[in-house]
Amino acid sequence: MKNHAWRPFAVAIVAIALLLLARAKMVPADFGVHGKSFTYNFYRKSDVQDWRNFKVKYKGRKYCQECHSENYDSIMASPHQIIQCENCHGPAIDHPDNPETLTIDTSRGLCLRCHASLPYSLSDRADLPAIDPDTHNPGQDCVECHNPHNPSLEDM
Amino acid sequence: MSCSRRKFLKTAFTGTIAASLPLSAFKILNPAEAHASIGDAKTRWVFLVDVQKCVGCGMCVKACKNENEVPYDLPVTRTWVERYVITKDGKEHIDSPMGGRDGFTSAEIKGEKIKPEDINKAFFLPKLCNQCDNPPCVQVCPVGASFQTLDGVVLVDRTWCIGCGYCIMACPYGVRFFHPKYKVADKCTFCYHRISKGMKTACVDACSFGARQIGNLKDPDDPVTKIIMTERVGVLKDEYGTKPQVYYLGLDEEVR
Repeated sequence: MKNHAWRPFAVAIVAIALLLLARAKMVPADFGVHGKSFTYNFYRKSDVQDWRNFKVKYKGRKYCQECHSENYDSIMASPHQIIQCENCHGPAIDHPDNPETLTIDTSRGLCLRCHASLPYSLSDRADLPAIDPDTHNPGQDCVECHNPHNPSLEDM
Repeated sequence: MSCSRRKFLKTAFTGTIAASLPLSAFKILNPAEAHASIGDAKTRWVFLVDVQKCVGCGMCVKACKNENEVPYDLPVTRTWVERYVITKDGKEHIDSPMGGRDGFTSAEIKGEKIKPEDINKAFFLPKLCNQCDNPPCVQVCPVGASFQTLDGVVLVDRTWCIGCGYCIMACPYGVRFFHPKYKVADKCTFCYHRISKGMKTACVDACSFGARQIGNLKDPDDPVTKIIMTERVGVLKDEYGTKPQVYYLGLDEEVR
């Protein structure tokens, strides 16, 4: 072949070789079809493990019970037993190491999530004990009178 | 050049047959691939929402945002609760302020005060990723960052996603969003880090009323599977053919 034809041909070959080399280096070895089809299961397999390793923040009430059994027992004896500790006390994460103390949400807004009256027939919301936030001690925190671990005023 | 009639027909015939054979007919499946194609995974995560039980407290949204490090004060969320109020004049009033993160504490919807006596139907409806069997969001991903795991959950590879946003547009349920911190597409993972450790998802744990449940469709003794198999359940936008795997008890046609 003549030189002028050979030169661009060689350049193209080198470019393609470089491209393939870069591709082989940059695409992880576990990248491929892992599952039923290329359409839905073409991925880097180790990413599944990456997602499994994501940190758990909410530990569940059994974790709280290990140290705070008296508080656990009190809430379990009340109608609020259906509520997880962490819904009001915040996610435990690595408590007691990190964070050392949890910030308790004692705001009026937290109680109103369930106890603001909304008469919706197709929702169990209608059956919950409820108040009208505009007329029932507006601006005051519920916890000033009600104990969330024993919310009925008669039982106090 | 000599070519008999017989030889010509023979060659033309074999040529046509050979050309019509797809390349894939010669592909030898490796055993693992064949195994997966017949659906051998022992788990298929599915979700069940009991619409009647949802009281619109929004604790699920709050828990999800905290658990999955979704920016708390930005208008992005992996799960949300919608409120549907249908009045006697036939009008629909739908809202979901901040995805229902702070619950629904007022009868006012988008500045409109609705009187209880005007209401025909009213309910709350939690939404999250449907973890479709045929996920359109995965189909459109140009780089293979979105995928379906063997147990049916659709995940996004954060190291691989280029943030093009095709999947966000492709999802008919609008469950995907652009993560403001990681600059990639983000979505509900059914709390993959929790369910693969035997825990429930953060939203299921946070729900005090049992409106949200997660189960394994391939386990016939799973309470969720039993309900899906024996009761009247519905899915969202069935007509799209995505085969969504979040089932609803008490779904209404007003829900879109």
